[in-house]
Amino acid sequence: MRDFKSSSRRQVLRISAALGGGLLAKQEAARAAELGIPLGPYGERSPFETAVRWRRDSKTPETGSSFTPLQDSVGMLTPSSLHYERHHAGIPTIDPAQHRLVIHGMVERPLSFSVAEIRRLPSVSRILVLECGGNSGSEWAAKTGPDVQRSYGLVSCSEWTGVPLSLVLNEAGVRRGASFVIAEGADACRMERSIPLTKAMDDILIAYGQNGEALRPAQGYPLRLIIPGWEGNANVKWLHSLKLTEQAYMARDETAKYTDLMPDGKARLFTYQMEAKSVITFPSGGQTLAGPGLYELTGLAWSGRGRIERVEITTDGGRSWVKAALQEPRLPIAFTRFRMPWRFEGREAVIASRAVDESGYVQPTREALIAVRGVNSGYHYNGIKLWKVYSDGKVTNVDA
Amino acid sequence: MWTPSALLLLVTAAVAQSPKYGVGRPPTPDEIRGVSAAVAPDGTGLPEGSGTPAAGSEVFAAMCSRCHGEKAEGGVGPVLVGGQGTLATDKPLKTVGSFWPYATTVWDYVNRAMPFDHPGTLKPPQVYAVVAYILNINGIIGNDQVMDAKSLPKVKMPNRDGFVPDPRPDVGPTAKGKR
Repeated sequence: MRDFKSSSRRQVLRISAALGGGLLAKQEAARAAELGIPLGPYGERSPFETAVRWRRDSKTPETGSSFTPLQDSVGMLTPSSLHYERHHAGIPTIDPAQHRLVIHGMVERPLSFSVAEIRRLPSVSRILVLECGGNSGSEWAAKTGPDVQRSYGLVSCSEWTGVPLSLVLNEAGVRRGASFVIAEGADACRMERSIPLTKAMDDILIAYGQNGEALRPAQGYPLRLIIPGWEGNANVKWLHSLKLTEQAYMARDETAKYTDLMPDGKARLFTYQMEAKSVITFPSGGQTLAGPGLYELTGLAWSGRGRIERVEITTDGGRSWVKAALQEPRLPIAFTRFRMPWRFEGREAVIASRAVDESGYVQPTREALIAVRGVNSGYHYNGIKLWKVYSDGKVTNVDA
Repeated sequence: MWTPSALLLLVTAAVAQSPKYGVGRPPTPDEIRGVSAAVAPDGTGLPEGSGTPAAGSEVFAAMCSRCHGEKAEGGVGPVLVGGQGTLATDKPLKTVGSFWPYATTVWDYVNRAMPFDHPGTLKPPQVYAVVAYILNINGIIGNDQVMDAKSLPKVKMPNRDGFVPDPRPDVGPTAKGKR
């Protein structure tokens, strides 16, 4: 371990020395002329790669969110180390040997499982997008977000591995009359959400794995709910209690928060599902094109309702739309990468993407959303994101 | 008399109800109490104990005002008072008094998540008291009203009827009513 660390430091020193000594002038230095770093126990990315999560400064950093650098993403998966985070009372450090998941309430046989016992049950893996219910919440404001990370970055896509919740509930035997599962987490605020039993028996996972290894602590280690297509907050992390009840418990995070206030003063309750959404990640706000010529315009589309059917792109501010190529496989409720070759002529252009999912739902404009919901609903924003490319290649939000 | 087919039916039903994998063990009552603090709108889950707004004002000054302000006007933590009548305006103020639909939710949340830096340290009478205080300064209960497992679920919050079911899709070609 010490060897690995010191050799890694040595490599960084070597690189900075090389950069300081005018590496770029000496083309031959691109090839290693001496031995590289030896094998290591846990991989690290190249020291030249700098993409990181962004988080707003806060007096209470234990509650807050960090945003995935979508502008630097390629393909459909988010590395676990760049997955967005949202927690309400910090990340607990949980020893899996001490952790238990208890199923109780309206069941025939209350059950307590160790993590090892959960891992003995038949498992499944699914690649699924996870999006915070508050993602793009800043887009309701008069001035939309300057870059894709800060305005659309509370969304990520991972392979999740776990046990179907229905399997565990059947094992406990759900009693007649039960219609909700109250999920509670083991973090300091003991996150609580009410999940309808119909969804619980359909496709929810009790997940312990992410992208080929155990969940990261910030993602709920050792156990969390993964609820395909539903707002992140309901996917309770550090899961330790599932109580079967006949009613929703109206937890703070499903009444006071994550409800959508309409212009008439009424708020929408249990708006669990995340609707179809897409955004161009390159070129996007904050980036600069090197000059006129060919570029691959690319981005991500997803829908809580299922597969992405098509993505259309405009490069003339919405006057005309053309179909982008979609990366296969197009999995339901997963990131779908879209791509289109585009020749930048050195003239100002307004570009955007529009997703259509398998239900026929079309990603709306910001104006269409506001016409129905006003500007104070806070959550579940999925409007089209416009980027302005200036003649010098600079890219910003349209109202910069 | 049991007929063979009735017996078969009984056996089948018993098989369908029995655990398939036999993994896990029954939890102890303490174990359930340890992992679940959930309180329902009908009061299920509320413990014994009681509190008044006067007692709550002392708890609030000692434990809550540092973040929520001396008069619950907000600070590092959110404002907890006022806002009634603002939800349909351009500047809605969502507080416990103006927005939260159930008093039991306030109890549940304070009990599980507050104070922010020492969650779970308040005893049930302190939680009842501080909830009584917050309801009182919002004009929802009187100065002398005692909050306990019986009275708290009966409190009708001003915005109890302010929530509607999810009507989405509400925009675009698949919006409900457009199909």
